[in-house]
Amino acid sequence: MSFVAIVRQPINPSDILERVGSEEDGANILFVGVVRNHNDGFPVKGVRYEAYEKMAKSVLEEIVMEARSQYGTDRIATVHRIGDLVIGDVSVAIAVSSHHREQSFLASRYIMEEIKKRLPVWKKEYYLDGREDWTQGATPGSPQLTEPE
Amino acid sequence: MLFFASYREAVGLGRMNVRLPIEAKVSDLISELHSKGENFTCLPDSVVVAVNHVYSEPATMLNDGDEVAFIPPVAGG
Repeated sequence: MSFVAIVRQPINPSDILERVGSEEDGANILFVGVVRNHNDGFPVKGVRYEAYEKMAKSVLEEIVMEARSQYGTDRIATVHRIGDLVIGDVSVAIAVSSHHREQSFLASRYIMEEIKKRLPVWKKEYYLDGREDWTQGATPGSPQLTEPE
Repeated sequence: MLFFASYREAVGLGRMNVRLPIEAKVSDLISELHSKGENFTCLPDSVVVAVNHVYSEPATMLNDGDEVAFIPPVAGG
């Protein structure tokens, strides 16, 4: 019952949370990533996410499958938005439910970290001073650590 | 071939076709592009490549009709 999607329309986090949960689960987790108004000390007015959509969907499915097998729950819903977003918009939402809280916490964290490492999605930031730039990201397959965001 | 994000902007196009010798590898394709010079020099020697939506190695063999994507550092989330 896992759910994975790359979408262009706004994400409603409560809709994602409703996709998980079961009578046998005692823990429901919802992680919501939103666009913030600054990066590296510069005010940001908006961002554009671009994806290699066909590959992004399959990589996201692969990441969720790994989380399922590692943390023992298949109640996982993950959605990433692409296109133009403004401050406060939801860019990613991850919902997990499991028998006990640790599985959900760990699975949610694993999925988010792997998205940062290898989901073929790129972010261009638009700054208040008129500049724009692609966010420095992670090189898939490399052992480098990325700055937590 | 597909170019995304910063690579698309640096190369100046998002998609192009190329003819390669039989039994060419990903590394041969990268060398071929570098030999064209100009905008393709933006692609690092160790550029990340996906063949038919799967991350691939320089030694990966290419076949007729393969979709090869050049993947800049990713920044989802």
